[in-house]
Amino acid sequence: MLSHRRPDVTVVGGGPIGLAVAWRCADRGMRVTLYDPAPGSGASHAAAGMLAPVTEAHFGERALTALLVAAAARWPDFAADLTARTGRDLGYRTEGTLVVALTGDDLAEAERLWAYQRDLGLPVTPLRPAELRAREPLLATRLRGGAFAPDDHQVDPRRLVAALRVAAVGAGVRLVARRVATLAEVPPTGRVVVAAGCATAALTGLPIRPVKGQVLRLRAPGRAAPGFRHVIRGHADGRSVYLVPRVDGEVVVGATAEERGDLTVTAGAVLELLRAATDVLPELGEYELVEARAGLRPGTPDNAPLLGPLPGRPDVLVASGHHRNGIVLTPLTADLVADLLATGVADPLLVPFAPDRFGAGTVRDSSGAGQDAGPGMSQAGRTPWN
Amino acid sequence: MTTVLNPATAVADGFVLAGETFRSRLILGTGGASSPHVLEQAIRASGTELVTVALRRVDSSATMGGGLLDVLTRCGVRLLPNTAGCRTAAEAVTTARLAREAFGTSWVKLEVIGDERTLLPDAVELVAAAEQLVADGFTVLPYTTGDPVLARRLADLGCAAVMPAGAPIGSGLGITDPHQIRLLRQSVDVPVILDAGIGTASDAALAMELGCDAVLLASAVTRAADPVRMATAMRHAVEAGWLAAGAGRIPRRFHALASTPDDGRPEL
Repeated sequence: MLSHRRPDVTVVGGGPIGLAVAWRCADRGMRVTLYDPAPGSGASHAAAGMLAPVTEAHFGERALTALLVAAAARWPDFAADLTARTGRDLGYRTEGTLVVALTGDDLAEAERLWAYQRDLGLPVTPLRPAELRAREPLLATRLRGGAFAPDDHQVDPRRLVAALRVAAVGAGVRLVARRVATLAEVPPTGRVVVAAGCATAALTGLPIRPVKGQVLRLRAPGRAAPGFRHVIRGHADGRSVYLVPRVDGEVVVGATAEERGDLTVTAGAVLELLRAATDVLPELGEYELVEARAGLRPGTPDNAPLLGPLPGRPDVLVASGHHRNGIVLTPLTADLVADLLATGVADPLLVPFAPDRFGAGTVRDSSGAGQDAGPGMSQAGRTPWN
Repeated sequence: MTTVLNPATAVADGFVLAGETFRSRLILGTGGASSPHVLEQAIRASGTELVTVALRRVDSSATMGGGLLDVLTRCGVRLLPNTAGCRTAAEAVTTARLAREAFGTSWVKLEVIGDERTLLPDAVELVAAAEQLVADGFTVLPYTTGDPVLARRLADLGCAAVMPAGAPIGSGLGITDPHQIRLLRQSVDVPVILDAGIGTASDAALAMELGCDAVLLASAVTRAADPVRMATAMRHAVEAGWLAAGAGRIPRRFHALASTPDDGRPEL
């Protein structure tokens, strides 16, 4: 009797990463139980859902960029598969991303990054202001320049989580609405996957810290679609902002990057985000402000995720620390973790992201209280981490 | 007058700030670093022993595995809280007191910004805040303009050093008025730390050649394409500039002067 067997796999954490891992493992015939008191209520609930391997490529992070490129390449099939299984619309859009610069200083910063990204062979094409405004007529007339990144797409993380939940349950995953405070609470047989976002630190002692992001949601007047189609990333007078338009009329405006672990929304952050947003796209001032919230990105010392066995616990796999890139990394993380559990063989892509890469010095005492937060939100421009 | 210095001991003699001796004359800020890992490598490469951190950017109460405070502890550097983001004396004084509570140090880099676009200090609020903090027992290191008179007033009221801007924060323009930094240097007896505006290594070397005792920089390293390499460059630049300043440079001449004199050459 199947019901008498212990689960093969226990997943701790029901954000997109945990749900997708559970779904893909169940698809491979494993028995999966997933623990989370409130699936999808962490970082993914705040996240904008940019799938941006190119405009997120930054100096000194070549290994991470390679992972993001590989991850983004899996999205079309993943989205099609998930929609076919569940009948759910994910808000997956492939119009691409426009990067825009407001002042001469902004343009100099942006051009430096485009040169680096093009050196890596990534597709980013500089555009003159007139070319930008031909693509998006609502852009501010005072823009000094920009670029088009056709491979940087978007998905709605809230729709993604809802669909993943349906897919996981449909594949036989058992969802248990309970918080796991220590790994000792997990049944001692089978394998464990920790995908608990910022709470992974308390569960494993690994160096993951909360990086707070404040993010706004606007709505176009009359419940119409917004007047622009591309994801827009603005360098606006020294500020960074992104604008993500959904077909249903929502526009996500984000985000701050703060070395804090609280969820307070501050007046100053809202002001700065809206100032930058309306500098780039003045019409947004007429939109309804429907939501302001904060989420906590699970940040690691090198901004890259922790993927692989927990040091000293070969029965425990970590799939966490996705920081700004949790949504784009969801399909790849789920498939590679499921493959590793099914075959015992780690894909070479995982090698640079082993959880023990920082050495013993950075693994912390795991007594600290954790925060419930799922994996990664992306963040505008590329504001520093502190 | 020239002084004969052994380069090794000259650097090792270090610089004294508020009674503490530092071997390194480079002070780093953390703002702008792309990750804790890169910051840690840059701090180590720079050789700095003093790192300034904005209180408002750090949540000292949260569990921050692998975060900023972890990095500073592991590097063994002294933490210098700053009041970045403060616009009034009242805000700056409150922030300094919070920093003293949070980090257990009475040292503070005092920043009171007067203008949004240039981020230049507000002299009036700066003096008011410095006065209160000195009275409150703080070791006050004020970020100021190049004005020698203002620097003297800050030193007179008990600041442990003065920290003039070479150029606006984050601009990377270097030292836009070197003569004024030289004037300022000669107006005060406390250490002068060039703070803000440094873009590359030659700017840091120039600051030291102008007579500054130390250089504080952040963006020049943290926002460089290769922060660890730039941190190494800054370490060498500060040492080179300081050694050159004490080495007695030659006067500038209008015409050439052969380094090998003609005297005693055989006539052929």
